[in-house]
Amino acid sequence: MRNLIDITDLSVEEIDQLIATAEDIIANPAKYSRVCAGKQLATLFFEPSTRTRLSFESAMLSLGGSVLGFSEAGSSSTSKGETVGDTVHTVSCYADIIAMRHPKEGAPYAAAQVAEVPIINAGDGGHNHPTQTLTDLLTIHREKGRLDNFTVGFCGDLKFGRTVHSLVNALSRYENINFVFISPLELKLPRYVKEEALKKKGIPYAQTTDLESVIPQLDILYMTRV
Amino acid sequence: MNIDSIQNGVVLDHIQAGKSMDIYRYLHLDKLDCSVAIIKNARSAHLERKDIIKIDSPLELDLDVLGYIDPNITVNIIRDGKLVEKKHLELPKRLTNVIHCKNPRCITVSEPQLDAIFLLSDRENRRYRCAYCETEFHK
Ligand SMILES: [Zn+2]
Repeated sequence: MRNLIDITDLSVEEIDQLIATAEDIIANPAKYSRVCAGKQLATLFFEPSTRTRLSFESAMLSLGGSVLGFSEAGSSSTSKGETVGDTVHTVSCYADIIAMRHPKEGAPYAAAQVAEVPIINAGDGGHNHPTQTLTDLLTIHREKGRLDNFTVGFCGDLKFGRTVHSLVNALSRYENINFVFISPLELKLPRYVKEEALKKKGIPYAQTTDLESVIPQLDILYMTRV
Repeated sequence: MNIDSIQNGVVLDHIQAGKSMDIYRYLHLDKLDCSVAIIKNARSAHLERKDIIKIDSPLELDLDVLGYIDPNITVNIIRDGKLVEKKHLELPKRLTNVIHCKNPRCITVSEPQLDAIFLLSDRENRRYRCAYCETEFHK
């Protein structure tokens, strides 16, 4: 059984295939309107995120499936002493697949250890958000028609920005990508991301605090909130 | 116990000098009823000084824990007074319930009944990351 906890759970070939499918869905939505008929998606939102939850539910409904789930403002199940594993185990009986969002980092990994159905991580605290990364990749692909051979700038909070780390990891697997990281010194990309995602694979990157000076060399600029 | 002649047991040799008490603690040797000898600062051919632990019981040790603490330790298995096996260790790829995540936002901190799982992320620099939140472990 497969889970989507981290973007690197998908191979480059699988990502390419997903992007091709997404482009085809956009072009021919009717063709896909029944492909998930009879299937149920559970959206377990241990912290609220209306936009993310509605995206998942709308996607499932557009594919002909149905949805169930909850969204809670507090940590009511936790205060009842119920663990993530307990909840997910119960929901496994009703749903065919689970999309979960949780304020604690690593909660989807914990869920995947006990779930009997696949888990999609819809955001776990400041850690991962792989479906956001897929959306970012799709956006790049729709604009540029490819995911390789360009110089991409990341600007803003590169220290805590989880979407940045995931997208760097995802893009680092494509051919001939140059990275330029633009941030104030105190919000620089963490050492481990540079070492494990870039240096080890010999991928070129540069760091600067000055956006204007690097803009001419960029094909893509990814901005995050500071 | 005559520490030179264990009949059935385990001798942990080439422990980095001063680390024997860490190993004693990590392997929960205090829970054992049998004799345990800790020899500190023994002379060694390879190392200037080394520690040795002799355990007078044929127990199964958690080699992953030992490999994590110091992959240079050798594990000698003694049966009927003879050395029957010499095990060399390596840095384990995965550690379960040996070290614990210190990231306060990690699910294993709010749900401590979860197994604490760490994965080797960088063999050269001996770095481990929490399998849940990916935070690097620092002692
Ligand atoms: Zn952790």
